Amino acid sequence: MDFILEGFRKGVILLFGLNGEVLAVLKLSLYISILATFIAVCIGVPLGSIIAIKKFPLKKIIIALINTGMGLPPVVVGLFAVLFLSRNGPLGFLQWLYAPKGMILAQVIIATPIITGLSLAAVQSVDPRFYQQILALGATTRQSIWVLLKEIRLSVLAAVIAGFGSVISEVGAVMMVGGNIKGQTRVLTTATVLETNMGNFDIAIALGLILLTMSFIVNLALTFIQQSKDRQK
Amino acid sequence: MTKKLVVCVLAFLLFGSVFNTHLAAQENGTVILATTTSVQDAGLLDVLIDAFQKKAGLIVKAIAVGTGQALEMGRQGEADILWVHSPADEKQFVDEGYGINRVTFMHNDFVILGPKNDPAKVMGAKNAAEVFKKIAAAKALFVSRGDNSGTHKREKAIWKKAGVSPDKNAYIEVGQGMAKTVMVADEKQGYVLADRSTYLSLKKLSDLAIVFEGDNELINRYSLILVNPDKFPKVNANGAKALFNYLLSRDSKEIIENFGKEKFNQQLFFWDLKDKL
Repeated sequence: MDFILEGFRKGVILLFGLNGEVLAVLKLSLYISILATFIAVCIGVPLGSIIAIKKFPLKKIIIALINTGMGLPPVVVGLFAVLFLSRNGPLGFLQWLYAPKGMILAQVIIATPIITGLSLAAVQSVDPRFYQQILALGATTRQSIWVLLKEIRLSVLAAVIAGFGSVISEVGAVMMVGGNIKGQTRVLTTATVLETNMGNFDIAIALGLILLTMSFIVNLALTFIQQSKDRQK
Repeated sequence: MTKKLVVCVLAFLLFGSVFNTHLAAQENGTVILATTTSVQDAGLLDVLIDAFQKKAGLIVKAIAVGTGQALEMGRQGEADILWVHSPADEKQFVDEGYGINRVTFMHNDFVILGPKNDPAKVMGAKNAAEVFKKIAAAKALFVSRGDNSGTHKREKAIWKKAGVSPDKNAYIEVGQGMAKTVMVADEKQGYVLADRSTYLSLKKLSDLAIVFEGDNELINRYSLILVNPDKFPKVNANGAKALFNYLLSRDSKEIIENFGKEKFNQQLFFWDLKDKL
């Protein structure tokens, strides 16, 4: 029991006296996760909306595939990313393996289906007559999707939050693709694994607390955007 | 919509450039070192790599995996230099033409850990093989790495030497790193083969004790191998050679020999290179 309490005590001290190394790890975690979420949003939200609105053959199969993608195991994504990005792999010339770019790629692959699937469901939850009505008023497809998304922004932001949550907490893929290299690809989750392996439970607890705090701050910001815009209406 | 798209792209570029500093240096002059979790978990890897990077101005990507996987990375030409500990496999690796300039340069040692009450009565055994024989005879629990790492290979070699197989119901393969394996052994009160530095770093958290140590069979020799650039043209031969030379230098010797003295009050790694530096 003692070592857990001691771990928390040291953890809190480390949390408030952020040293340079921890700060660099924290920055990299945020950079990779925010950028990956951002790219996934740019792909997933329009894609989800279009699939929801348009009628086309095999639509149900596509939706089932996206729903499967929402549960994509990160280690499988990591494995394929490593194979493709490796020196002698098809994308080896990019030199993204063991670098933040490769980690972002893997996280985009993990987050995109989640954001696509949730946006798709959100758009589908709107009465289809609403969309027909906008079109009848003379809007283009693009404009009408924009109006729709504004209407359901609460659900879309929920999709963004879910996407961010999945990548900031992810450890399998970033470990495989990034390699947990000190000062280059070490992020909060992989650093926590390493410190646990080294028996430094106090530092591991501190990193865990920092991860939770960061996740809370980002989600708090997103929630504020989500809720405040709703009130303006 | 187009406006938003432009804003999106601009934000993306801005965001990228702010954080781009640590990405800049990675393009050229990077060396990929495939090594074992044991040197990373002990903390030695980070210290040495930091020192080298400062001195040489090269970026090292040190990927810590098991020895089996590290050698496999060498076979695929995915690494430039290897730092591993499984002599028989290393020799084969060099014989097959994948590696050149193999140098065995340092060692630490394995210890056999077990519950303090020593249910298999192995304390006082003459050698490691005898310890394993007693564990098998007593059907006492043994926890194995099970991951084809250097430690796992050594464990299998000792079983072979002992001429017995462990009792199937009392043998667990964890498939994880050294520290996790020791933690599992601690929880389940089993015997385990571990390197000394992992044992020391977990000592305060574990109830296991050293039940056997000091056999020649338990010396753990580490080697450096350069991946053969003739075989893999993409290998960074110059960078690998620079790291190779540094790790065999006097500076490196000093770091390795002093490592752990402060934290554990004892030397963990020993220098083996007899040549003049």
